Amino acid sequence: MNMTAAPAKKPKLAVWKFSSCDGCQLSLLDCEDELLAIAEAVDIAYFPEASRATQPGPYDISLVEGSITTPHDVERIHEIRKTSKLLITIGACATAGGIQALRNFADVEEYIRIIYATPEFIDTLATSTAVADHVTVDFELRGCPVSKGQLLELLNATLNGRKPNIPNHSVCVECKQAGHVCVMVAHGTPCLGPITQAGCGALCPHYDRGCYACFGPKESPNPASLTQTWQESLDVPERQVKLALRTFNAGAEAFRKESLKHGQ
Amino acid sequence: MANRTINVDYLARVEGEGAMHVKIHDDKLEEVKLKIFEPPRFFEALLRGRDYTEAPDITARICGICPVAYLMGAVHAMESICEVRVSPQIRELRRLLYCGEWIESHVLHMFMLHAPDFLGYEDAIQLAKDHPDVVKMGLRLKKLGNGLMTVLGGREVHPINVRVGGFYKSPKPSALKNLRGELDWALGAALQTVELVAGFEFQDFEQDYEFVCLRHGEEYPLNEGRLVSNRGLDVPISEYDNVLIEEHVEHSTALHSHRENGDICHVGPLARYAMNYDLLTPAARSAAKKAGLPPIVRNPFRSITVRAVEVVYAIEEAIRIIDSYEVPDKPFEPVTVRAGTGYGCTEAPRGICYHRYTIDDQGIITDAKIVSPTAVNQKIIEKDLWHFVEANLDLPDEKLKWTCEQAIRNYDPCISCSTHFLDLTVERS
Ligand code: SF4
Ligand code: SF4
Repeated sequence: MNMTAAPAKKPKLAVWKFSSCDGCQLSLLDCEDELLAIAEAVDIAYFPEASRATQPGPYDISLVEGSITTPHDVERIHEIRKTSKLLITIGACATAGGIQALRNFADVEEYIRIIYATPEFIDTLATSTAVADHVTVDFELRGCPVSKGQLLELLNATLNGRKPNIPNHSVCVECKQAGHVCVMVAHGTPCLGPITQAGCGALCPHYDRGCYACFGPKESPNPASLTQTWQESLDVPERQVKLALRTFNAGAEAFRKESLKHGQ
Repeated sequence: MANRTINVDYLARVEGEGAMHVKIHDDKLEEVKLKIFEPPRFFEALLRGRDYTEAPDITARICGICPVAYLMGAVHAMESICEVRVSPQIRELRRLLYCGEWIESHVLHMFMLHAPDFLGYEDAIQLAKDHPDVVKMGLRLKKLGNGLMTVLGGREVHPINVRVGGFYKSPKPSALKNLRGELDWALGAALQTVELVAGFEFQDFEQDYEFVCLRHGEEYPLNEGRLVSNRGLDVPISEYDNVLIEEHVEHSTALHSHRENGDICHVGPLARYAMNYDLLTPAARSAAKKAGLPPIVRNPFRSITVRAVEVVYAIEEAIRIIDSYEVPDKPFEPVTVRAGTGYGCTEAPRGICYHRYTIDDQGIITDAKIVSPTAVNQKIIEKDLWHFVEANLDLPDEKLKWTCEQAIRNYDPCISCSTHFLDLTVERS
């Protein structure tokens, strides 16, 4: 990989975790071929999942994984914003609240009672929200998990002071580019590809499966038109339409609004 | 000097958020707590009202390091409810996918998270400066594990190709065969890894554990088996709730577990190895022997060597499966929904991972329970820490702290998973 960070002083990188599965930060460690080059190009100043050593801020680049779910999270994200030149959110948890944002549609007290015998011990907010709902975010990288290729492109572009090449068209476009047959047209499989942001390389259709939108809504999607097709041409029951929109990006505005048209 | 507290407020090189707190009063150990403050994500609650088909992909998001454990627990539970029997080929492909996860997860832990402790480095990047060949070998092995997951599952984190009944699409024989060359290299590298880690210096720390794991009887356990222990436990997984009881304690958002009689147990590689030693491949067993491992290993610091032996096993198993692979007639078995309660329990890299679901006749989930291996191991980690600190009170704080962290990392704790789950403090007062 060509990670040429020119300046004499290496930029300081920090990796932060909020409510998440660790999958997005793991994607960084999963860049087996590039990891040592990344460590050459940046100064990994704070990354507890990978190192005991920590350096105090300020940091040049902060990668933030996970969603905001506790009062302490709210304080922490403001601190991180203050100490970071660039703040980049990685993954559906950080950009849309993640699967744990399903609580936003339910009664969180009830959720706590289902799992914990002594609810008083649990300190949590009623909602799981995106980082951008709390502080200014410089770039949002989508996906549950993020794509390694996009993560590398974003780091590379950032280190070289250029705009990252991260398209905001739909999974449909990637599907056509890859020459896959459309799973909706050919097999009648419900697919969220038309309203989902590209980035995965149309993975699910490649495996004969409909896209379940783990990259969240594309720019100006038309979910109403897609759900109409699902219901009228593919006979998808209303309940399933709602569930399909309420997964890893349930908190993304376009999905949230459309899902509410199909049930509480 | 008499009174000390040692705190690690944010445990590093573990997956998720936890802390350790140790309190020493008048040179007597008073309190050891493994605190887990990873905020809860309420999986069991949010699964209610979802379709049975959604459980694998939703629960995979409990953990980015071992998603296959969740995918497999969920599909087996749902298939048991709906009385689906998958073809032998699908069963083999599931084992292959799990081998990929074992390799990826064990290698990540051995080379990047645990080896630096033994060699006195803060992380693998620093280790790479002095020992580039070691770290590069680890990265290449890890990449192979991820490669297996990618061919079968579409990607390494949250694979998209698993469904109740089987897979969305069967892999092409050529795609699997492409990995054969790398697997041959990997077998040599894994044997070398066993030798390498066996040469580390280990604390003298033998413990008397109740080891709980799966035993299948014909194969080293991955997806199926009975729940067994070295103290006579031997029940079907549907008895899990009767033999492992959960309790909610204040210092952890991950429920603690103990045996029905109150005893604390140990799950993970040491348990699997002790109870299934006879089922390792001859090469894996001989590597273990050469490394000086007895058939039962009671020193948790040696778990790194047992993991290396399991990587040898997983690579050989992957080779066996790929060499005998025949494309299944159909990638998945059709499923007819039935109401009922079903169980799934599989061997995640860190130990048994349990799922229980109840679904109605429409396939809607009405109840779910999921217990991760790290949640079960919390108490044994605290007990290990207690015994370790008690025996090493004369160590200076910094040294004690680092070795305690290492003792925690023996379990490769995955805190993100266990919340339904690290930070370390030692207080001497
Ligand atoms: S976005 Fe998905 S993969 Fe990333 S941390 Fe959240 S749950 Fe894990
Ligand atoms: S096709 Fe859709 S669901 Fe599948 S990986 Fe891509 S964005 Fe995620």
